[in-house]
Amino acid sequence: MLDIKNLHVKLEEEDKQILKGVDLTVEAGKVHAIMGPNGSGKSTLSYVLSGRDGYEVTDGTATLNGEDLLEMEPEERAAAGVFLAFQYPVEIPGVGNMTFLRTAVNAQRKARGQDELSAADFLKEVRAKAKALKIDADMLKRPVNVGFSGGEKKRNEILQMAMLEPKMCILDETDSGLDVDAMKLVSEGVNALRDEGRGFLVITHYQRLLDHIKPDVVHIMADGRIVKSGGPELALEVEHNGYADILAEVN
Amino acid sequence: MALPQAKQTATDERLATLNMPDAGCTRKAREAALARVCEMGLPGRRDEYWKYTQPDTLVSADAPFAALFHNDEPPMFDEFDRLKIVFIDGVFSPEDSDELAMDGVSIDRLEDICCKDIHWAKELYGVLEANGQNPVQRPLAALNTAFASDGVAIHVTGKPAKPISLIYRHASETSDAILHHVVRVESGAEVTILENGPAASRFNKCMEIDIADGGTLHHIRAQGRDHQRRAATHMFTRMGTESVYKSFTLTVNGVLTRNEQVVELTGDDAVAHVAGACVGDGEFHHDDTVFVTHDAVNCESRQVFKKVLRNGATGVFQGKILVKEGAQKTDGYQISQSLLLDEDSQFLAKPELEIYADDVACSHGSTSGAIDETALFYLRSRGVSVREATNMLTLAFLAEAVQEVEDEALAEVIVTRLQDWLARRR
Repeated sequence: MLDIKNLHVKLEEEDKQILKGVDLTVEAGKVHAIMGPNGSGKSTLSYVLSGRDGYEVTDGTATLNGEDLLEMEPEERAAAGVFLAFQYPVEIPGVGNMTFLRTAVNAQRKARGQDELSAADFLKEVRAKAKALKIDADMLKRPVNVGFSGGEKKRNEILQMAMLEPKMCILDETDSGLDVDAMKLVSEGVNALRDEGRGFLVITHYQRLLDHIKPDVVHIMADGRIVKSGGPELALEVEHNGYADILAEVN
Repeated sequence: MALPQAKQTATDERLATLNMPDAGCTRKAREAALARVCEMGLPGRRDEYWKYTQPDTLVSADAPFAALFHNDEPPMFDEFDRLKIVFIDGVFSPEDSDELAMDGVSIDRLEDICCKDIHWAKELYGVLEANGQNPVQRPLAALNTAFASDGVAIHVTGKPAKPISLIYRHASETSDAILHHVVRVESGAEVTILENGPAASRFNKCMEIDIADGGTLHHIRAQGRDHQRRAATHMFTRMGTESVYKSFTLTVNGVLTRNEQVVELTGDDAVAHVAGACVGDGEFHHDDTVFVTHDAVNCESRQVFKKVLRNGATGVFQGKILVKEGAQKTDGYQISQSLLLDEDSQFLAKPELEIYADDVACSHGSTSGAIDETALFYLRSRGVSVREATNMLTLAFLAEAVQEVEDEALAEVIVTRLQDWLARRR
């Protein structure tokens, strides 16, 4: 599904190398977690995969089901099935949440050659999915993320993910800013989307999210590379001992 | 004091093209206005109040050529049940207009106010315009009072069931129209006045509005989509106790538009909102000049102006709140913002507060900026195209101004038009 090979990325403005040869394959139906200390390049990886400006790929490739992601515009990547749940979801005053969702859903359907969802069908679907995430009617009406609490913003990201039904879900520190109950709610939302055709890349600092979203593979990223990969037990090791031991071992 | 030579010449040349209508009872007001024009001279490039807008083509002897704009979309407000008053190149058209009769309002042509002896109109004509010349001169308004060739007198005594719709059609490529309306809203009365249409190649329009205690006037205007039209408009509004005036203007395209609003809150607890949303592309110059005077206690005023500019378009905002001595508990708000969609466009703003009372809350802000890249990426990452995402953010930017339109159906029509226009660009 997602194949990243020898990916080298630098920040355009600062001419600073962030990713220094990332190799990673996420298979359909699997959940891969990436952990790592601050500044290791985790968020950069998520932005580069989703097509944010300001990064220059200096070497390597990233493909989704064989399609070259790096050649595509952000909206083309979305249509191809990439979804990034933002660490800091963006507030957009003046754009209603519902309008935004409908525009996004229909834009992707159009890009894939499908008919637009009727207003009634859309409403039915969004209401059901919002209910599962405890998102009330008021939140759907309000401008996108404006005045939302940290937990509401993250639930809103998962709602978008549920509506857009992407193939490859990238969650960038979705647990940050969440209390225990909100984390559970968000995790349930994510778990509901797990199926054979869908891959997940879960970026997190903490093992506790992985108690709720059980990963198949855990990677440790440091200084722009994946330095170690293993099973769920690797996350527990980090939780108990921190990164120092692993980094010392690798070096 | 003698006028500078260039101004004198320009004024003489312009006046030579105009004839004062045989105006009966308004003659005195017109002659006084002409005397004001001669004393002030017409606006020139060196005038401070015209620093950001070149008045040349607004004062030139003849109206510049303006091609007629053919448009496949239905005229604005077409879907609304309203009383239509149509002017073609500045001339009232009885055939295209509805019968000027409706419960709660009487409407007469300006030329009939003398023979019908309509006192309030005779007494209002030119008065608010003359008051509005101080402290800032508005010679084009005085020129209008002196030479207006048509217009209506609207007397609102109740709550008419339908809006009154002034429709300005453009039929001649060199038309030069001068219209003057007077409006009196009686105590407790309420009306909505709509205005739309390009009017003429060059349009000078003045509206004097007198709102009595407890009266309410909603004004919604649409100027667009003609590229070549030019317009200088003035609205002078005097407001009594607990009166309400809410005005919103939508402007799309037009080579030169100067909209002046002069509002005087003379009764306590009055509320005045003036707002505008404009979208300009290419050879486009749009100027909102607003002067709100608080001369009573506990009044509220809001100025909300938003401009979207691209391809070298220019937006101007000159807005002032003057709080006179004794106008305590004034709540004044002013915001002017532009969204510049490229580096060729410019926004020139001059926000001003002048306050002589000590117990007031006044705030003002002015910004210009580009599309928020982070928001744009967020939308694109959800599959929305750059163009659609830009349009969504542009509409969102204009929303604060459009929200000033209270009537939901009218607000929706405005949003729909903006969406269409954004989708088509020029």
